[in-house]
Amino acid sequence: MADKNGRFGVHGGQYIPETLMNAVIELEEAYNHYKNDPEFNRELTELYDEYAGRPSRLYYAEKMTKDLGGAKIYLKREDLNHTGSHKINNVLGQALLAKKMGKTRLIAETGAGQHGVATATAAALLGMECVVFMGEEDTKRQALNVYRMRLLGSEVIPVKSGTATLKDAVSEAMREWTSRIDDTHYCLGSVMGPHPFPTIVRDFQAVISRESKAQMLEKEGRLPDYVLACCGGGSNAIGSFYHYIEDKDVKLIGVEAAGRGIDTWETAATINTGRLGIFHGMKSYFCQDEFGQIAPVYSISAGLDYPGIGPEHANLHDTGRAQYVAITDDEAVNAFEYLSRTEGIIPAIESAHAVAYAMKLAPTLPKDQIMVITVSGRGDKDCAAIARYRGENINE
Amino acid sequence: MSNIAKAFENGKAFIPFITCGDPDIATTEECIVEMVNAGASLVELGIPFSDPTAEGPVIQEANIRALSAGTTTDTVFELVKRLRNDRGIKVPMVFMTYANVVYSYGADRFCQNAKDAGMDGIILPDVPYEEKEEFTSVMKNYDLDLVSLIAPTSEDRIAKIASEADGFIYVVSSLGVTGVRNAITTDIPTLCSKIKASSKIPCAIGFGISKPEQAKEMSKHADGVIVGSAIIKIIAQYGKEAPKYVGEYVKSMVDAIR
Repeated sequence: MADKNGRFGVHGGQYIPETLMNAVIELEEAYNHYKNDPEFNRELTELYDEYAGRPSRLYYAEKMTKDLGGAKIYLKREDLNHTGSHKINNVLGQALLAKKMGKTRLIAETGAGQHGVATATAAALLGMECVVFMGEEDTKRQALNVYRMRLLGSEVIPVKSGTATLKDAVSEAMREWTSRIDDTHYCLGSVMGPHPFPTIVRDFQAVISRESKAQMLEKEGRLPDYVLACCGGGSNAIGSFYHYIEDKDVKLIGVEAAGRGIDTWETAATINTGRLGIFHGMKSYFCQDEFGQIAPVYSISAGLDYPGIGPEHANLHDTGRAQYVAITDDEAVNAFEYLSRTEGIIPAIESAHAVAYAMKLAPTLPKDQIMVITVSGRGDKDCAAIARYRGENINE
Repeated sequence: MSNIAKAFENGKAFIPFITCGDPDIATTEECIVEMVNAGASLVELGIPFSDPTAEGPVIQEANIRALSAGTTTDTVFELVKRLRNDRGIKVPMVFMTYANVVYSYGADRFCQNAKDAGMDGIILPDVPYEEKEEFTSVMKNYDLDLVSLIAPTSEDRIAKIASEADGFIYVVSSLGVTGVRNAITTDIPTLCSKIKASSKIPCAIGFGISKPEQAKEMSKHADGVIVGSAIIKIIAQYGKEAPKYVGEYVKSMVDAIR
């Protein structure tokens, strides 16, 4: 848990321009009020259940379990949520909070487009204006999601600065928020940025582990031995871990994107290759050079293509409570195809990173061990890109 | 009292900003000499950062040009030494950069090198009041001032920021990021008078100022004006030939406020 200054160990804090300070203070006060408000929680639960389709299933992947021949594998099916990923959990919470605060406009950054689509969806539902910032490179990789956001009534602004990917979209959304605070809420998509965002997003995503814990107890009568989730900024991972943190026997594994390998420059594996720094409002681990210039990271997955990691993950790493491993593009693409063929579930390329690590780990474990893998999103959005990766050109 | 106070001793201060290493470090050196000869009272030296989140497009692009030219924190320290030792630059100088540039270098090593080179302070736009102690606790050992920023949205925060401020107070004229603006809509007189009620140290107004008339108007309410993007635009236009034009521009701004 964060301390009162928003610190997780040494990580976190509020490294933002003075112009935004009163906005984040106002947000923290509003959140502290509404998080304990029965009416707010009733409305949010209704949106989760009736609109987003929660609780998401905890599915026993029997074929995958038998094929890998080791630990028993369950999939936490966030891909079945409305809009196709875990991002809706956070967005419905923040959009409802913003509305209670009297805001009429949402802005958001997006990498793969999942958070942008979720934000555009919530804005449509709650009658709010919405502007999504997306790296120009990502608008090309995820053209279908750009169309979905526009269809939902949002404006999508391609960001050309820097590497034209997720980090630049975050920077541009922050710049936009600095220029228009009164009516606008910055609906940050991951457990990152200045306090209180890492805590707010974590709390809204914690629904994943709250459900999976109860579902596991019901199905198996005990807690799992391993929980795996892919980790860029880390929102689905922290949501998947949160209610197990105090259960020390449950091993928590975050799977980062190694890109072309953690021994190359073309990687986005922050814990594996980064060092302590201050960026995008927080102290945490970042991929950077010796002078603190943020590295132009790379992953096939637009959603994991970020040079930092949320401060709570950085602290879980420091304390040894969670382990962070890395999976390459090649391994993730193999897992994308493997889960599709084996279970008939096409995972997001982000989630395929977690599946890929499970494919390595599960065969080494005894059959009485239980593993939960969060499938954070569905992979329809990735089909054209994976086809291209395999040398096949298809129209989206 | 730090050296920074000297910048405000001879009438209104004109404070130009330059991104070091744009288009190359030699041009920056000549631009600074020209700016000081033209009457600049204090110079803000930007150490380029890959992701300058408080900057508009003009200074973002200058950061990219500077980094592409191979500028590093160390080459900027060398520039400062040359300005102090070989070029006779006496006016106060402060760095303007981002928290990670200082933190990643090691705050203590950064401050020691900055002091040894001849710097007087640092502006870190992503370090608000709540996070300043981490930096000021080191900077005070080297007599470097952390310049505090106050924004149009600061409101109830003005008194505590101003009462603990060192060097000068950077009054952010407008919401948003740096860049040239046609009009500044903030109630600057009220903002400045609130600051003055809590602090005796000088105030300088920045963000959006580009024309002599704007500088003249702003200087009525504060002790100085800060100009960045307008200078960076001249450098972007003239490249290595920029120093002469930068000098002429600074002269026009200095004349307007004194």
